[in-house]
Amino acid sequence: MAGPMRIRAASNGTETEVKILMSHDMETGQRKDASGALVPAHHITELTATHNGRVVLAAQFGPAVSKNPYLQFKFAGGAKGDKVNVSWVDNKGDKRTDEVVVA
Amino acid sequence: MNTQRREVLKSGSAAGLFGLLVAAGLITTQQAQAAGWDKPAFEAKAMDEALKALGAGKPADSKDVQISGPDIAENGAVVPVGVKSALADTEFIAILIEKNPSMLAASFTLPAGTMADVSTRVKMGQTSNVFALVKAGGSFYMVSKEIKVTLGGCGG
Repeated sequence: MAGPMRIRAASNGTETEVKILMSHDMETGQRKDASGALVPAHHITELTATHNGRVVLAAQFGPAVSKNPYLQFKFAGGAKGDKVNVSWVDNKGDKRTDEVVVA
Repeated sequence: MNTQRREVLKSGSAAGLFGLLVAAGLITTQQAQAAGWDKPAFEAKAMDEALKALGAGKPADSKDVQISGPDIAENGAVVPVGVKSALADTEFIAILIEKNPSMLAASFTLPAGTMADVSTRVKMGQTSNVFALVKAGGSFYMVSKEIKVTLGGCGG
């Protein structure tokens, strides 16, 4: 199973900047293993970030997003102590959800 | 007129149509449950195909959209790319890489209140133009930037 995400959310009073580092292989489906067989694609397809229950970002990833994907975005509002929740789903149905408190 | 009866008929025919579509294989039940991952767009091999799948048609140029990234990336497996749009009501951003096996790398839907400023890291097989497609106020805009890759990130 995939490891936890590292999420940081920092508010400057008017907007909140969120940085996410996911732990995922992001296998493209193009690579061959030592025996020459194709390694099947395994990558995150969808990611959703919510702030106090409201969606602030919906992303879709293809296999061309780097291994252990990094994502950074900003949204208006957000105060210290608020909760930012990030969840993703991959093409094999694996899921992961992590939550962080805005600093 | 019996309005209740009208309602029942309406919902009945809607459900019937839905069932037909599922049966005809036009939409799978999985897609029907949620909009989900945009498979055709992510599997598009050519620019026109990808734009069509995203419903973008022929996007216009814009000076208000910026792509940030290195001019030369040493390692194609990890290329930082950021897209920033100064256009009002930017609601959608996509990153496309021209010479990758599939062009679309990632797409972002931005609800109101989220800044049009996202950064991520992508893989690039070789030196290529990187495109940022932005939807703002119902229209599509696109800009490009060439990123040279010293070591490809899609081989093995």
